[in-house]
Amino acid sequence: MLICLDIHIKLFHYTVMDVNEVEIDIQKLNKSFNSLHVLKDVDIEIRRAETTVIIGGSGTGKSVLLKHIMGLLQPDSGRIIIRGVDVTTINSHEAEKLRNRFAMVFQSSALLHSLTVAENVGLGLKEQHRLPKKQINEIAMEKLKLVKMEQKYNSMPEELSGGMKKRVAIARALAMDPEVVLYDEPTSGLDPIMAGNIDELILELKEKFKMTSVVVTHDMESAFYIGDHICMLYQGRIIEEGDPESFKQSENKIVKQFITRHGGAGI
Amino acid sequence: MVNPLEYIGRNSLNLFQLVGELIQLFIHTLYWCKQALRNLDKIFYFMVRMGVNTLPIASFTSLFVGMVMVLQTGYTLEKFGMAESLGAIVPIAMARELGPVLTALLLAGRIGAAITAEIGTMTVSEEVDALKTLGINPIGYLAMPRFLACLFMLPVLVVYADVVGILGGAVVTTAYFQIPVTIYFDRMAESLEVIDIIKGLVKAAVFGVTIAIVGCRYGLKTSGGAAGVGEATTRSVVCSFVSIYILNYFITRLWM
Repeated sequence: MLICLDIHIKLFHYTVMDVNEVEIDIQKLNKSFNSLHVLKDVDIEIRRAETTVIIGGSGTGKSVLLKHIMGLLQPDSGRIIIRGVDVTTINSHEAEKLRNRFAMVFQSSALLHSLTVAENVGLGLKEQHRLPKKQINEIAMEKLKLVKMEQKYNSMPEELSGGMKKRVAIARALAMDPEVVLYDEPTSGLDPIMAGNIDELILELKEKFKMTSVVVTHDMESAFYIGDHICMLYQGRIIEEGDPESFKQSENKIVKQFITRHGGAGI
Repeated sequence: MVNPLEYIGRNSLNLFQLVGELIQLFIHTLYWCKQALRNLDKIFYFMVRMGVNTLPIASFTSLFVGMVMVLQTGYTLEKFGMAESLGAIVPIAMARELGPVLTALLLAGRIGAAITAEIGTMTVSEEVDALKTLGINPIGYLAMPRFLACLFMLPVLVVYADVVGILGGAVVTTAYFQIPVTIYFDRMAESLEVIDIIKGLVKAAVFGVTIAIVGCRYGLKTSGGAAGVGEATTRSVVCSFVSIYILNYFITRLWM
């Protein structure tokens, strides 16, 4: 009971907190899958209304980190503090409450193939909020308009291109009116024009709705364009972080190799 | 060289873990049945799909099982002048044993495999994770409608299979043993009791639940892409078959 009260007081405090305060604080996060140690003492601060970009090569644990923030994976050790509450120490129901303003856009878009575009976008509203069908359709259309996909509302996911699926996935995430959106490789597999459009969309959402975004990518052009804060994950550890300009000036050999796309012994 | 003790120990632990996970999923699915009324459309959709998909093969199987049973037992009974008893044997065997078990095995092969493949594909393509991020419980959304559809549809299919099997038996009894259909059905009316049919339906309901829970468990635990879906589907069917055989023995033993 006391813990619940404490959570509600902290939530109230954080609903009136300033822009740029820490929204998610990850401390000494560790995760292993069998003998594979994927995340090693990861520390990251994600600030409100900022876009934090996590970069790194394939298999370095970027998506695993994102799934920890979303609560899809549980850490072996470490703390994930969301709006002042350590979600690793509270029960799953309370943790879900804290995360109910979070949304995630998956690398594969993860649209339900048995549902139309509009049904996918309205799915969370239908199942969780139990809104009337008419209202759900209106919200779904509104969000589809935001990502310029309203003309495809009745299409099935298999009729869409990769970029269109990503846009619908973003619309589905936005339908829940999230304050924090996590993007897992939003531009991977897209042509440069479509990738640019997705970047513009992420920026537009940040500007328009003051959303906190966490973007996992290995597309450096995209990272520098949309990121307010960039972190590089290498072999399960954060080896460099800073704003885009300071990141470009980094003296770290691995970071330099990653930015200049010249491989070597490091990567 | 694998240490035999280690091999037995590891497999025993895996078995206990599997049984534990199935029981846990069963309890969670029961909990989510509270949302059944809101999901009647989905439940009916799965019931219709199960019925339509299984009906042709269930008809074919039970018809021939009924006919073969008469051929196998008829000639022996005829030697003792008891061929008229076919009207008692076939319906009881169909209602108590063959109807529920054979239909459950068919459903496990067709629908159990489909449940695992569908949910498994959703799991590996992150659709199940997407449901969680939308605040939707995958057990309530995916497992519960399939669970209730199997629970209610298998007994319906079993009644149908019983009828077809009994009719198949009647045709062969008349054709090969020259026993009038009326005698066949008179014997059936004398020997087949309502409790036999009820016992068969209870078995069917238990098997239906087992097929749904096993199918959903393997689907939700699928990993490793398309190959993983194939592997999970095979394991799911094998597990359903074994579970049906074991449960059938214990339910029958309980009623002896």
